[in-house]
Amino acid sequence: MGSTIVEKIFSRKCGSDIRAGEVVMTPLDGAMIHDITGPLAIQKFHEMGGEQVFDPKRIIMLFDHQIPADSLEAAKNHVFMRSFAKEQEIHNYDINEGVCHQVVLEKGLAAPGEIVVGADSHTCMYGAVGAFATGIGSTDMGFALKFGALYFKVPETIRAKVSGKFPKRVGAKDLILAIAADIGADGATYKAIEFSGKTVTKMDMAGRMTCCNMAIEMGAKAGIVPPDKITWDYMKGRRKMEPFNLESDEDAVFAENRVYDVSDLEPQVAVPHNVDQGVPVSKVEGIHIDQVFIGSCTNGRYEDLAEASKVLGKKRFDPHTRVLIIPASREEYLKALEKGLIERFVKAGALVEAPCCGPCMGGSFGLLAPGEVCLSTSNRNFKGRQGSTEASVYLSSAATAAASAIKGEITDPREV
Amino acid sequence: MRTWKFGDNIDTDAIIPGRFLIINDPKELAKHAFEGTRTEFAGEVKEGDVVVAGKNFGCGSSREHAPMALLGGGVHIVMAQSFARIFFRNAVNVGVLPVVCHDTGRISDGAKIKIDLKKGYAEVDNQKLAIESVPPFMQNIIDAGGLVNYAKSLKEVPVCTKSRR
Repeated sequence: MGSTIVEKIFSRKCGSDIRAGEVVMTPLDGAMIHDITGPLAIQKFHEMGGEQVFDPKRIIMLFDHQIPADSLEAAKNHVFMRSFAKEQEIHNYDINEGVCHQVVLEKGLAAPGEIVVGADSHTCMYGAVGAFATGIGSTDMGFALKFGALYFKVPETIRAKVSGKFPKRVGAKDLILAIAADIGADGATYKAIEFSGKTVTKMDMAGRMTCCNMAIEMGAKAGIVPPDKITWDYMKGRRKMEPFNLESDEDAVFAENRVYDVSDLEPQVAVPHNVDQGVPVSKVEGIHIDQVFIGSCTNGRYEDLAEASKVLGKKRFDPHTRVLIIPASREEYLKALEKGLIERFVKAGALVEAPCCGPCMGGSFGLLAPGEVCLSTSNRNFKGRQGSTEASVYLSSAATAAASAIKGEITDPREV
Repeated sequence: MRTWKFGDNIDTDAIIPGRFLIINDPKELAKHAFEGTRTEFAGEVKEGDVVVAGKNFGCGSSREHAPMALLGGGVHIVMAQSFARIFFRNAVNVGVLPVVCHDTGRISDGAKIKIDLKKGYAEVDNQKLAIESVPPFMQNIIDAGGLVNYAKSLKEVPVCTKSRR
């Protein structure tokens, strides 16, 4: 019986045959903490009697949720973490680099075959480079910081095989919203989702990140794309390592095999208040919006901004719609800046903010008042997620968000 | 001890909204539990009350503040048809017991409830409902009173050893 890519990653790590369903205390290649869940993780580390972290070089620290400090409490949290970083000799990217998940991948801090945890649910994004990565809570993180290992129940894998060529203005976000609608908000609980098939092997890293990022929205423990030439090319200059083969065996046992064809896929929009409520854009066209957010770890990369810019062309955004554009990282910001995208967005009426999570978590700025409606390229539309519990959040791709921002209502990007 | 009944897919943003994550004290967090979605909860929840829900309880963010907010309000047991993975681990780690019960649909809001963990049932609304036991490897953490105490008892971790499922 063959192994899935996830079983192989655990087996490689431990040098023995490990199968789905087994519970294994597994050594970690990396552990990420940020300004929201980090302070509690550090507190738990100390409560566990932790004095020195297992390996400062394997710990990734940065601030992205409440930056620059938006309250006195946030500022104190930052100071607390900075002092921990200094004392433990952990490199702290502080408020300077962008959204944690984007930064981890850009800096080569997660790599094919590695096992990485993060005190944030969207840590599953690192599966885009063929790592097994999963989100954990702060106490688990305290344990990870101390011991450099954590219990894992090795998950079964759902394979999502995707074929077909994306129609114009349709891409990875539309695909993953359609997959979430199909699998459901808890359809992949305690499982991994492997994205494969021709559409995925041709997909750029940005698209793979979008897909893996949202695996958690189906309850998945991890999302993963088997590493290929695109992956290894991405790793070049980020991490010194020789390419190796890592993929599920032909005779591996999958929990489920699901097949998708994107040839006729329409742009998708997830309607309030659950991520698995994806519908074709035609079903929600014309809905008035007060705010548009283009950004986040899901869709704040250069490729997303470029797509939004293409849709925008020489037009202007609707003056009655607040348009927030937040690149996912300094690197992505610079790319957009150099290509003139930022200037175009600002001239079109958008507010371009420095790289951070922005309104995604509803804890910092850009919050929604009761009755307001936002179209967002982020990953969650839960009630109250971006402010008032009486506000509504719709989720879409950057193309759909840009088209909608031009008209001030949900708009099919193919018609702009 | 009463039940607080909720539906399916109760996410961690509903349990404790993002703007309160700057708070790390369970009692303070409890003041904002379900703020905006179940407004009377924070003021009325009492020690020993049980949160009862449908499927996928605790989905979404990895914030441990969610089970902490429940704990701060005196909730030590959450019963649901199923739990989101991270919430399940977080709950065990902070000392809130996530109990799987497939029949939570038959439980009413505000009902008196008695749970016998050893015998594996809940007595509520004049019926006995079966509850599932926690996986053995997590029972060790529960028995220790949470992951912090469990970790304190460990000098080193048995890396790459398998546990009973």
